[in-house]
Amino acid sequence: MQNKNPVIAKVLNVLVFLFLYLPIAVLIVFSFNDSKSRTVWSGFSLHWYQELFQDEEILSAFSTTLTVSVLAALIATVLGTAAAIGFHSMKRRPRHLLLTINNIPMTNADIITGVSLMLLFVFTGNLLGFSLGFGTLLVAHITFNIPYVVLAVLPKLRQLNPNLGEAAMDLGATPWQAFWKVLMPELRPGILNGLLIAFTLSIDDFVISYFTAGSEVATLAMQIYAMTRKRISPEVNALSTILFITVLALLLIVNFREMHQTKQAEKRNKALQKDGVKGGAK
Amino acid sequence: MSKELIRLRNICMAFDDEQVLDNINLYFNDSEFLTLLGPSGCGKTTTLRIIGGFTTPTSGDVIFDGVRINDVPPHKRQINTVFQKYALFPHLDVFENIAFGLRIAKVPEAEIRERVTEMLGVVSLKGFEKRRVDQLSGGQQQRVAIARALVNRPKVLLLDEPLGALDLRLRKDMQNELKRIQQQMGITFIYVTHDQEEALTMSDTVVVMDKGRIQQIGTPEDIYNEPKNAFVADFIGESNILDGIMHEDYVVEFFNRKFKCLDKGFAPMEPVDVVIRPEDIEIVPADKGRLVGTVTSVTFKGVHYDTIVDFKGYKWLIQTTDYHEVGEVIGIILNPDDIHIMKKSEYSGLFGDYSSYSAEYDEINDPDFAEEDEEDADDED
Amino acid sequence: MKTKTPAIPYVVWMAVFVVVPLLLIVVYAFTNYDGKFTLENFTNLDVFLQVCGNSLYLAAVATAICLLIAYPFAYFLAQTGPTTRKVAMLFIMLPMWMNFLLRTYAWMSILENHGFLNQLLALVGIPPLHIINTDAAVILGMVYNFLPFMILPIFSVIEKLDRRYIEAAQDLGAGKLQVFRRVIFPLSVPGVISGIMMVFIPSISTFAISKLLGGGMSFLLGDLIEMQFLGSAYNPHLGSAISLMMLLLVIIAMLIMNRFGDGEEGAVMM
Repeated sequence: MQNKNPVIAKVLNVLVFLFLYLPIAVLIVFSFNDSKSRTVWSGFSLHWYQELFQDEEILSAFSTTLTVSVLAALIATVLGTAAAIGFHSMKRRPRHLLLTINNIPMTNADIITGVSLMLLFVFTGNLLGFSLGFGTLLVAHITFNIPYVVLAVLPKLRQLNPNLGEAAMDLGATPWQAFWKVLMPELRPGILNGLLIAFTLSIDDFVISYFTAGSEVATLAMQIYAMTRKRISPEVNALSTILFITVLALLLIVNFREMHQTKQAEKRNKALQKDGVKGGAK
Repeated sequence: MSKELIRLRNICMAFDDEQVLDNINLYFNDSEFLTLLGPSGCGKTTTLRIIGGFTTPTSGDVIFDGVRINDVPPHKRQINTVFQKYALFPHLDVFENIAFGLRIAKVPEAEIRERVTEMLGVVSLKGFEKRRVDQLSGGQQQRVAIARALVNRPKVLLLDEPLGALDLRLRKDMQNELKRIQQQMGITFIYVTHDQEEALTMSDTVVVMDKGRIQQIGTPEDIYNEPKNAFVADFIGESNILDGIMHEDYVVEFFNRKFKCLDKGFAPMEPVDVVIRPEDIEIVPADKGRLVGTVTSVTFKGVHYDTIVDFKGYKWLIQTTDYHEVGEVIGIILNPDDIHIMKKSEYSGLFGDYSSYSAEYDEINDPDFAEEDEEDADDED
Repeated sequence: MKTKTPAIPYVVWMAVFVVVPLLLIVVYAFTNYDGKFTLENFTNLDVFLQVCGNSLYLAAVATAICLLIAYPFAYFLAQTGPTTRKVAMLFIMLPMWMNFLLRTYAWMSILENHGFLNQLLALVGIPPLHIINTDAAVILGMVYNFLPFMILPIFSVIEKLDRRYIEAAQDLGAGKLQVFRRVIFPLSVPGVISGIMMVFIPSISTFAISKLLGGGMSFLLGDLIEMQFLGSAYNPHLGSAISLMMLLLVIIAMLIMNRFGDGEEGAVMM
């Protein structure tokens, strides 16, 4: 039944992707529109791209988004990886309890996470004398990022041969060296995956930022939301187009390289296997 | 043996540009226990999958009861399979796993109950009906897999290395169990394994395969006593294989000496492979032996000693119950029926020298003997 | 590496930033401006019930549509070769890199009375459709934004499904439909469940989508909460009460779902 998908499957495929990319196409096309209209095409122009680089407000929102995403992803990765290692060595019951709490921000509605953090920040802010701003925004982002890092790293820990660390220490490594030289390389794919997920979530987040950033700081998403009340400037289209194309290009490069490598590896494996069969017949 | 049930005619199979099966011709009789035996990558699993209908051969015919069934999908064949690692459905309990095929066939509920219960008896798993399959031991899962297949009353049961995942002790028990079930049900079992001992113990007929070709078909005794070429001689049991020249019928020369043997029908002075089983060789004092050599290593094996003896730089394996010290010079005697003559083949010269003895001896007994290669090949269809 | 200490910072973090905030919601829900205990936040819930019904309805429809599209899509995709699968997954995730508000905003251009869709329909001679600012537009926005979250978990469950199970079923006499009904579908239920959770919960709680595409006509739970905290009707106590009710909804949904799937792995999809 492999590779023999009915025509419906192909039609469905095309329709789904059309659905997902139609609005993106509209956005990209209209970032090159000469006029401010978002439905009437009045000629090609790079006008909005030029405007973009002079618009302090959008650029600063963008830089806030990048800063908070990078910082939150990095901090969440460190905390989350450490937490996963700790959880892994716990007994079933405490681990289960902590993982359930860990799951709350993921399964819960974003708006409740946002609102509850806002209550906390406002409440303690009144007591300790701080107000909503970049700090609270960052803390909120770290909070909703960590669970994903934990869940990206935990499976790698489970796959780990439990004797690996002991083997390293048996060969004279200190626990610390055993961790860095033996366990870390094994966990790396999970950690990188967690980092990437965290960064993506932060970039994409609107709801939680909206409730925790206050009025002084704005992420790009918040800036866009503010604009929707009147009209979104095509400058934002331009910025998003640049971002989108960059990510697309990066992903394609990474994947083509990976695919190329897997193909090479497959070829090598096949060659080895053939030799193996001959040699293995003793 | 009674009538012919399945025939494979000129079966070839290629994945991409790799020839996996090369012109296989084979028939299976009713109520027979037949084993496909060979090292990993020899094409035995592919052969089984072709019979089961999971793989379509590149060319050739699969005949079942006189009808060509190449294009009949697996679910319409009166053949059931016990899969490698069992493939029990994790979302169903033991009872429902076994009842699966009957439910598909819309068998009435009462009959399902009756037949499943009966099968649970056959595989000695009464009382396990409501267990989840992941709560079973390997041996129990094995039994469920067998019951799940047999309950459908297939004409043929295919078993793909079914004992590979079990430990040695359990394997021995299950070998007897399988043989008993086969005799009780009276249906054809086609069994795939790389374990020669398993094959010899259980089968009526053994088919030895290598490199996608059939090397020999015969009863376990035939295969063991009259191997057709160096590969079979080496793969089944232990063998010393040497170059010889057939002078005339019943006379063969090796090590510059003529020996009497029981083989005939070779051209005069034809080069041949000579097989001598290690347990057939009799050790005598040096002055009474037809050949004289020096013991280079001795390993205690429980029932016997594995004794390696150097004859002019060529090392033989001899299995004896008497202990001979390393360095001792001994003689040997060979009777005519201890000497088996084979035609030269592509395998000549590859096997049968015990100079690098210890490493290869272990390899053949390893149950996990590189099974992965074969699976990879199957996944590419 | 058997040590629990690395988990300590995060356990503290969870306590302060996950557990305490939720407790604060409970406290706020049962108090008034003066910090006195009260139940009045729960007494005036007519509006809540009405909005809640509407939210549940729209979210349920959106979830059902997502499931109807995502399941066959994921199923067929799982049958293709590894390269196709990888590329397809990449392109399912990619839109996330463009802000969702912006993408939702783009739907306005498409759906408007004089938008692209109606321009296209006019070309073929079909009378214009009035979609924008209706429930239909809001549902479309939900489906559009959350469809990937339905596809991913279902796909990854079906993709990991051992081919041997399918072969075993075929071997036991099951045709294509029966293989699907008796083996593939039951084994993919955990993926379906986490997909439902991941679409349903954000759908009942969204407020941006309804604002953009519903034009104030569709008023959802999310809108109601947002209004109490950052909007015109500032009243965090009432907002907390509503949040608490929604939290209960989420918990109920999770409990129902947990009965079908196996808890710990369930919602873990990205």
